Amino acid sequence: MTDVDVAQNMSDPAGSSGLKPSPEGEGWVRGNQNKEESLFNPPHPNLLPEGEGAYAVSSTSPNPALTRIPEVGSAPIGSAEEKHLAELWESAPGWRGWLSTIDHKTIGMRYLVTAFIFLLMGGAEALIMRLQLARPDQTLLTPEQYNQLFTMHGITMIFLYSLPVLSGFSNYLWPLMLGSRDMAFPRLNAFSYWVFLFAGIFLYTSFPLGEAPNAGWFNYVPFAGPEYNTGPNIDVYALGMVLLGISTTVGAINFIVTLFRMRAPGMSIGRVPILIWGTLTAAVANVFAVPSVSLAFFLLWLDRQTDTHFFDMLNGGKPLLWQHLFWMFGHPWVYVVVLPAMGIVSDALPTFCRRPLVGYSAVALSTMATMLLGFGVWIHHMFATGLPPLALSFFGATSMVISIPSAVAVFAWIATIWLGRPVFNTPFLFFAGFVILFMIGGFSGVMVAAVPLDLQLNETYFIVAHLHYVLLGINVFPVVGGIYYWFPKFFGRMMDETLGKWSFWVMFIGFNLGFFPMHVLGLLGMPRRIYTYAPHMGWSTVNMVTSIGAFIFAAGILIFIVNILVSLKRGALASSNPWDAPTLEWAVQSPPPVYNFAVIPFIASRHPLWEDRLDENAGRSSLDQGYLLMEGRETIGTTPLDAIPDVILKMPEDSYTPFFLGLFGALVFVGLLLHSREFTVLMALACSLSLMVWLWPRKALVQRVPDIKYNKGVAHG
Amino acid sequence: MAEAMQLDQALPVGSEGKRSGGWWGILALIATEGSLFGYLLFTYFYLASQTEQHWPPEGLPILFMPTMNTLILLTSSACVWISERCIQRSQFDWSIAWMALAHILGVCFVVIQLNEWSKFTYDMSSNLYGSLYFIITGFHMLHVIIGVVILMALLLWIALGYFDHRRYSAVTIGGLYWHFVDVVWLFIFTTLYLTPYFY
Repeated sequence: MTDVDVAQNMSDPAGSSGLKPSPEGEGWVRGNQNKEESLFNPPHPNLLPEGEGAYAVSSTSPNPALTRIPEVGSAPIGSAEEKHLAELWESAPGWRGWLSTIDHKTIGMRYLVTAFIFLLMGGAEALIMRLQLARPDQTLLTPEQYNQLFTMHGITMIFLYSLPVLSGFSNYLWPLMLGSRDMAFPRLNAFSYWVFLFAGIFLYTSFPLGEAPNAGWFNYVPFAGPEYNTGPNIDVYALGMVLLGISTTVGAINFIVTLFRMRAPGMSIGRVPILIWGTLTAAVANVFAVPSVSLAFFLLWLDRQTDTHFFDMLNGGKPLLWQHLFWMFGHPWVYVVVLPAMGIVSDALPTFCRRPLVGYSAVALSTMATMLLGFGVWIHHMFATGLPPLALSFFGATSMVISIPSAVAVFAWIATIWLGRPVFNTPFLFFAGFVILFMIGGFSGVMVAAVPLDLQLNETYFIVAHLHYVLLGINVFPVVGGIYYWFPKFFGRMMDETLGKWSFWVMFIGFNLGFFPMHVLGLLGMPRRIYTYAPHMGWSTVNMVTSIGAFIFAAGILIFIVNILVSLKRGALASSNPWDAPTLEWAVQSPPPVYNFAVIPFIASRHPLWEDRLDENAGRSSLDQGYLLMEGRETIGTTPLDAIPDVILKMPEDSYTPFFLGLFGALVFVGLLLHSREFTVLMALACSLSLMVWLWPRKALVQRVPDIKYNKGVAHG
Repeated sequence: MAEAMQLDQALPVGSEGKRSGGWWGILALIATEGSLFGYLLFTYFYLASQTEQHWPPEGLPILFMPTMNTLILLTSSACVWISERCIQRSQFDWSIAWMALAHILGVCFVVIQLNEWSKFTYDMSSNLYGSLYFIITGFHMLHVIIGVVILMALLLWIALGYFDHRRYSAVTIGGLYWHFVDVVWLFIFTTLYLTPYFY
């Protein structure tokens, strides 16, 4: 057996891939003196080198640039090693660093801030609509303005806020939680952000001209088709969504590869925080679902601009095809924007209950089960379209079944609170409030999963109430709670507790006052998407209450923003672990250093910072001693399930390429929108050129063999 | 069972074959691109199953040239595979030759396909079948053109002596993309050219 075999045979994968720590504990073996044959099991066939795929360490060519033993040591703050690391990972000062940085923390923060600005824009649109609807027969808005407002409100909240804000959390936190120095593809990460930003701007370009998308966020044909919607409104939406889809897809790919390759040694798949499970599940879903909506929008754009016939009823096209393609994406998307937020709660709530999450494995599995079922429920958005009863029964049934995994998570959170000793801090309030809102939204969801009831309630305010309970309850509340929770990590300062409690109660009361009466409005028969109503309909009082609630909710958000601004300047300084939390991101200073971890830690349990207390008999993680890896920007790559060290990954330097590729990509879509063939082709060529620069094999990344040469076989140098 | 992790083993550095990030990235990209083609074919079958038009409008497709073209594409895939094998064995001249052949075959596919397109009496705006046919084959054509550019880049990099038997992950990754484009064509060929014979 060669050395390679031994390295790959450090543990039996079948034994360690379970979700529980090994009962007999485990150790970190360093140095040959500890090497005992009994520690090694017979080689697992899957782990043996496969000839051409695996590297072969020939004993005659020990090229240190190609193969080396990573040095284990410690690098305390202020040491020469630590300073060297900081130099390696620091971005250039000024605008150069600003444009070229690929640091996941900077990108994550940009995602958070940009998404939050979109939240405020979408919120302002909602408030204007609530002013219009507060009383009957109002004339603040024309019907067309109202159409554009509710469409932009939906687009903004669903596409430009709710996933990007979660990507912000995940981008910032993943490498810190996983014990890595960056994401798997740092440049792709920067590219993903720039495209998101440009797509957001693109979608808003026609808004000031009064030509914004106006067919609702799900944009049904034939109303969105060329015959009934002749302006540029829908073209902006269609092209903007294809552009945004690129950002979402590459972001998702980055999360998936990061999870499988970038975990600290020993962080086997059963030891990752639930936020990781949530974002991973969402990312996998995006990879499979986003092409559907991108295709739908592209086909619609073709129908509008080149006279194709996909949705054109007169020539054999089918408007229902749009609904299928949209909702095959749309329903998984609902879970995409809530599962990572549920992960935030599953990770942060236990900190305030002073105990680990109840039912980690059950919650992780139910997260994935929810998504799997989520791919089989899209027809419940189409119950009223005249599909055969068999299809309705099937999809109604799966829609109800999906409440089971959701309930597993809810009971896990309740049990965690029940069995713990809750500390009633602001984040706890937001997370507990989330559980209540999730349950209300879930109940109304089960109600409309029943086909007969849905036929009655479809297109009424009951649906509006349901989707706002779900999206605000499961996304906004955990997000705000998450910001309270991780703010000290982000900025090294605590947020104000008094203002925090005020913001929670004002938001919680305002939200319920604003949205609960909408259920009643729906039962009273008020259709959604009408710009006004007559006084004798009996909807006036409820609408006024709803509008008041909406403004109270907005006041709560305002208090939250004030709290952020005040705390950024005057908040109490935070230690590295102010909440005494169990997960790895709290092991680094607040705010985290550019290189994240001075040494790559070795992980022995699910709660590396609570090991002494929990005493799960699982051994101890090693946080101060670990891989140094400082010959350039480096981090460790590990095996997908067991997190056994597998490769020393060379990480890229800062680069302008992602910015320019994103810019040229966005300009391709501008060219398409303006029908300028030459400009589009030119920008597409610029894209190809940027990609070529990006992908050119580099010696620094050891994509090519570096200059030190040993073998005579290397004739082509 | 006791677990122990050996921490002082030599590890490969950088983009090493299937341990490189790019290998994992291309697998994920293939998953999402594969879904895109899946949705395209879903669109085709959804509309075809409900149509009352003559389908395809000019009667059953003629199979000879498309079949030849399919074989050309598959041969090209095989050439890329052999070219990668040659790098592993340090036979760089052979590797260049096979990659060049793969590239030429890819270009042949594009030319023949463009010629096929020009034979139709209708285009994508004439009728529903035309919309579907040209969008599906057009999407694939776009992927083939990207693939041909990638093969050209790989050819250039091999010729520049960038790779040897120890580091050549770009060839593995780019090659996998090309194999994917070819496999997708088999699905498209089956859908557009063979299934009309069965209904």
